Amino acid sequence: MPSLSIHAGGLQLNNPILLAAGILGTTGASLCRAARAGAGGVVTKSVGSLPREGHPGPTIVHVDGGLLNAMGLPNPSYKDFQDEIDKARESKVPVIASIFGSFAAEFAQIARSLKADAFELNLSCPHAEKYGSELGRYPDLVESVTGAVKAASNVPVWVKLTPNTADIVELGLAAQRGGADAIVAINTLKAMAIDIETGYPILGNRFGGLSGPAIKPVAVRCVYELAGRLEIPVIGVGGVSTWEDAVEMIMAGASAVQVGTALLRGYGVFEEITTGLSRYLERKSMTLEDLCGLAGKEKLQ
Amino acid sequence: MRPINSVIQEVRSEAPLIRTFRLDRNLDPTPGQYVMVWIRGVDEIPMSFSGPDTITVQSVGEASAALFALGAGRTVGLRGPLGNGFVLRGKRVLLIGGGVGTAPLAFLGEQAKGAGYEVASLLGFRSRDDLIFQDRFEALGETIITTDDGSLGIQGRVASGLKELNLYDYDQIYLCGPEMMMWDIISRTREHAQKTQACINRYFKCAAGICGSCCLDPDGLRVCVEGPVIMADRLAESEFGRYRRGPTGSKGPCRG
Repeated sequence: MPSLSIHAGGLQLNNPILLAAGILGTTGASLCRAARAGAGGVVTKSVGSLPREGHPGPTIVHVDGGLLNAMGLPNPSYKDFQDEIDKARESKVPVIASIFGSFAAEFAQIARSLKADAFELNLSCPHAEKYGSELGRYPDLVESVTGAVKAASNVPVWVKLTPNTADIVELGLAAQRGGADAIVAINTLKAMAIDIETGYPILGNRFGGLSGPAIKPVAVRCVYELAGRLEIPVIGVGGVSTWEDAVEMIMAGASAVQVGTALLRGYGVFEEITTGLSRYLERKSMTLEDLCGLAGKEKLQ
Repeated sequence: MRPINSVIQEVRSEAPLIRTFRLDRNLDPTPGQYVMVWIRGVDEIPMSFSGPDTITVQSVGEASAALFALGAGRTVGLRGPLGNGFVLRGKRVLLIGGGVGTAPLAFLGEQAKGAGYEVASLLGFRSRDDLIFQDRFEALGETIITTDDGSLGIQGRVASGLKELNLYDYDQIYLCGPEMMMWDIISRTREHAQKTQACINRYFKCAAGICGSCCLDPDGLRVCVEGPVIMADRLAESEFGRYRRGPTGSKGPCRG
């Protein structure tokens, strides 16, 4: 079987299929379970500087082709999260701590205080006031937050971008200027669903983020655009459910791939995807490196 | 699946803070399974079935208080049935319940009796005023009742009724109630843990097995989809009875 081991975004990974932020990432035990199930790395639930209970329910709605969610960044704060990271690190796969704040110094404070294998900056959650995409849609803020975290930590810093913008490449370039080690694209698409029996928006927060197969073509396009313009690696996320999706994402230019909503099917998705990817590479006599960015013009010529 | 609209058909008061809501549809639940009940404009909360088309709710917070404010003819949104319920095994079964946790057991007992099982029950309440479903359980078979204040039955915790029973007589034991009550029973009946199914509670946010808020240490068991019914031998090796995580994900003491 061809090796799936890669170096991406400053981390050595046994395979390029990672658990995405916000999915089964609240406890060290559930992160370990993802690692045991075959994830090449795991991203934690986003943690901020104060405990948050998140939005009232419903927090999810199943829609055609995907899932809407508005969890509302529930988290115990970074002050009460190191134990969970430490437990997750016993799994031996890299543990990437997702962090959020509303200004650069807040991000930096959290990054200074937590020990993890890397940080992923949540500049892209579409449904929490004063956080996520409310900062992440401004290139100058993306750059300054990234720069502040880079200065405050000595591990790789990944920046997760929002697709809810006219030009995601502009955001990617800003993160790169700030010193990011990798871009993670994309977070969910801002969306809503209405209960037609009563007119109530279904999500407790009214607005949420759309994930799942419905957004994969958007994610593939974003990864393709980013990979074509940036020097730093791009980690693809958005609607990847099968090994075919992962191949497509890597061809678009992703160095690694994160999986989230597909965990609705259970932890078995990691092995399904890595096995399928491995067999594909074998059949094509290709390496991951050959595959990465194949859809970009230079490689096809 | 979007929330299914459901009209409340009837509301019955069972005890001062406990009411049963009869819904206009039978979602064909297995006892022990739950449904996410959307009280529009307020919140969505998990509720055990106390019958094929009923939920029995104790008023404990904002959402259940809002549900109590809804009478017959008003509507809620439903998502379910969800999770893994109780599995009937053997021939003779024992139900052990505390407080509102007796609700799914009454439903289970009725299914069991209908399927030819011999059913006995051990039920605990704070006092006789808090007693619910006495008739339902007594119709199933032998019923032992304990009250904390001694106003009915044996005085003491549910476990004080264990001495009236020989647990070796039962092929399967079904447990539901406050966490410390269940923990007390499990701790005292360790040799029966492999035949004890417990319906437990954790903080559910997505109820779809992806958000991670209900995961049980040390294995990361997702209670919302792999539970809420879990074998007691597995619980004995877990965080159950020791701590639980709340809405923020931080650890806190077990209630009850």
